[in-house]
Amino acid sequence: MNIAIVVNVVIEGVLTGLIYGLMALGLSVIFGVVRVVNFAHGEFAVVAMYAAYLLFVNFGLDPIVSLFPIAAVFFFVGYALQTVLINRFVDRSEHEQFILLVGLAIVIVNGLLMIFGPDARPTNLPYSFDSYAIGPLFVDKARVYAAVGALVVAAALFAFFRYTSIGTAIRACADNRTGAAVVGLNIKRLYALTFGLGLACVGAAGALMVPIADASPLLSQAFTLLAFTIVIVGGLGSMAGALIGGVVIGVSEALASFFMAPSMKSMVSFALLVAVLVLRPQGLMGRRI
Amino acid sequence: MTGILMQPNRRRLLAGAVASAATLAAPAIGRAQSAALKVAVVLPRSGYLAPAGQSCHRGALIAPKVLADHGYNVELVHIDSESNADIARTQTERAIDDGAQAVVGAFDSGSSLAMAQVCEQRQVPLSVNIGAAPQLTEQGYKFLVRNFPTGGMLVSNGLSLIKSLLDVTKLDARTAVFMHANDTFGTAQRAAMDHLFPTAGLPFTLLDSISYDPKAQDLSVEVTKVRSLNPDLLLVVTRAADAIKLVRDMVRQRFEPKGIISPGSPGLYDEEFYQALGPLSDYMLYNLPWANPKAQMTQALEAAFTPANPTFRFAVECFNVGFTFEALLVVAAAYKTAGSATGVELMQAVRETKIADHVMIGPPIQFDEKGQNVGIPSAAVQNRHKTPAVTLPVDVATAMPVLPMPGWQGRT
Repeated sequence: MNIAIVVNVVIEGVLTGLIYGLMALGLSVIFGVVRVVNFAHGEFAVVAMYAAYLLFVNFGLDPIVSLFPIAAVFFFVGYALQTVLINRFVDRSEHEQFILLVGLAIVIVNGLLMIFGPDARPTNLPYSFDSYAIGPLFVDKARVYAAVGALVVAAALFAFFRYTSIGTAIRACADNRTGAAVVGLNIKRLYALTFGLGLACVGAAGALMVPIADASPLLSQAFTLLAFTIVIVGGLGSMAGALIGGVVIGVSEALASFFMAPSMKSMVSFALLVAVLVLRPQGLMGRRI
Repeated sequence: MTGILMQPNRRRLLAGAVASAATLAAPAIGRAQSAALKVAVVLPRSGYLAPAGQSCHRGALIAPKVLADHGYNVELVHIDSESNADIARTQTERAIDDGAQAVVGAFDSGSSLAMAQVCEQRQVPLSVNIGAAPQLTEQGYKFLVRNFPTGGMLVSNGLSLIKSLLDVTKLDARTAVFMHANDTFGTAQRAAMDHLFPTAGLPFTLLDSISYDPKAQDLSVEVTKVRSLNPDLLLVVTRAADAIKLVRDMVRQRFEPKGIISPGSPGLYDEEFYQALGPLSDYMLYNLPWANPKAQMTQALEAAFTPANPTFRFAVECFNVGFTFEALLVVAAAYKTAGSATGVELMQAVRETKIADHVMIGPPIQFDEKGQNVGIPSAAVQNRHKTPAVTLPVDVATAMPVLPMPGWQGRT
């Protein structure tokens, strides 16, 4: 067994996992505060991929750069969506929330299919085919850039929640909604801000996916499922858990592909999900309920 | 005056009755000859097989005119299977309910198998355009024919051509890895490879067979696994989208085998592949049945295809377009022969098909007792300047094969 090859596989798993983690972070933040599961999460990620693709094709903007305007637009979309639509469903039953967001997901996917068609849209960046050679290791440049971008965005989100008054207010709202309302916090506005931040995360993650994966409407369901798996493994509502869950899933899929069979990697990640649900239902970083 | 009036008698009455009956029946006979055969064309025009499905669809769109020019009359109903076998089955059922008298499709074997069950129950002929899984003609379907090689035929012809390629180019290849998509087609190809490779007499050993999910976002780990084995040749069974990912990750990991050869699969010649990879798409080899540029029917098809599809190249699409056209040709010719669109009679004529003037390289189209055309040969085709070029057999070749393929460096 060539150790260098195994190390290479693990590095690829970690880098991919960080981008997965950023995508799942948005889902975790929204659920942790608003207590609504965004079943259209993967669909928003794919919309972001198309946005990054269009910005590259029409204006030559690298997705690493375009993630900022995309995240900003997604923030406002999320804010508006929560204000206009989802706030009305926050106190309704879970199945009503489920129908609403699944319906939204179907509309998005079919809208993308109508506009862009089913073909995958590759974005050939100047570094798309380049890699860093470190001794016997080859690490994709695109993957490294995307993973660093994911870490920067995640760090910014952590800092926002930790060091800003709005972030503190959102955390207070997540901990105790009634208490937050009693001390005068505008809960609906905080929910809208949170949904906006969650979608901004998805927007950034979608843009960062573009250098390593081709934009296609058919990715959306896989992304939603992946984000769910990650947040459940990492711990629903835990920001650190989402990132760690992403890396765990990324590495386990990579190792499963290498040591078992590539077509069995999803089986391994779902087996991991089942194991976590049985042994530690709150997830790796979640708090015991 | 009265002399010219004919007196009625029994003989005259009988003759008049026969003449009247013939006159009344004539339009019905005329209708049977002139009414178009209604054919449901089921293809994956969306979903992960969409690039190839759309390509087949372009062939179906131009087919009625070309067939009409050759004296055949068909009316097509175009159906999207969405790359989903369940949808293919339900839509086929609906099309037959709506009056489809024959069915053509469905590019992938899984969907074709699902449709075959419906066609069998409803006694409506199914002409498979593309689909290599052996089960299609091994499960005893009476209303199915396939004018496309089985996975075994593809691999057998493909391996034989690999041997010829190595001989012609004098390439010293000692090891190979086989990578395949884990869908119905890829799995069938794997089974054929496992069965045929040991007796194919090739000068290299097969180090491993690796299956992968064609819908995966990237194939980096899969390529890392192949790189760890460092084979001389990479044998692949792909679709367009995963072929792009495969080559992209090979370039990223600077893995350069002496040759990348498909023993018989799509992916390496789709327009999507050329557009995404540019010069990196060159020198891939695929051993497949191919259109005969010298055939009159091929020329007629190309003449219809080019103005109808100015943004697509017939040279790239001739595989999908050609086989889809031929599947329609089979039912159209049978309808002309049978003079009836009734399922049993039409199917009888389909089974007795013998069409010498057709599109793809090979002898006349005809089917064995299982409904399989067993006479379809393959050609070794290599990408050159982002265009497929036939390199073997020598008598139809337009270029010499290049092996080992040049490195990635300097091609971007």
